[in-house]
Amino acid sequence: MILARVVGNLVATVKHRDYEGKKIFFVQPIDPEGNPKGKSLLAVDAVQSGIGDTVLVLDEGGSAKMCIDQPGIEAIRCFIAGIVDEVSL
Amino acid sequence: MKLGKVIGRVVSTVKHHSFENRPLLLVQGLDENQQDSGAPFVAVDIVQSGQGDLIFYECGKEAGFAMDTLSPCDATIIGHVDAIQLEGDA
Repeated sequence: MILARVVGNLVATVKHRDYEGKKIFFVQPIDPEGNPKGKSLLAVDAVQSGIGDTVLVLDEGGSAKMCIDQPGIEAIRCFIAGIVDEVSL
Repeated sequence: MKLGKVIGRVVSTVKHHSFENRPLLLVQGLDENQQDSGAPFVAVDIVQSGQGDLIFYECGKEAGFAMDTLSPCDATIIGHVDAIQLEGDA
């Protein structure tokens, strides 16, 4: 899991059926201090997050698909799996 | 999933059977501000994309799952982008 910040959303009408009815956000990975780190990516929202939220992002792997309770979804790799309240160092 | 832009086509006659009747397009990855990010690559298209289209694509094993038949493909164009709203936009 990586720490990231939601920086934007993406609207798409024509898309693969697995993505129907799902929110897609731009997330920017951040370091524990909150500074941007690396390239942004797109993630499907599973926790009702919003722009500006610090979130947990799962990229790659079968565990990511467990974020949504929908058997048969195979073509999604990256999910927002949690909203971060606080990071203490 | 990442953002990209279709910048060309690739024609291939002899190819893996799972790529038959699927267009192969050249894609330039973009960041959220639509600036080029990384080197162009070839992706399989399942949503009838064309030159210049803003798209999003999936990498890795999920790219193969996105096609109806099991496919050894590592990048698939998943959808067309209609609009992007970034933090700070009006």
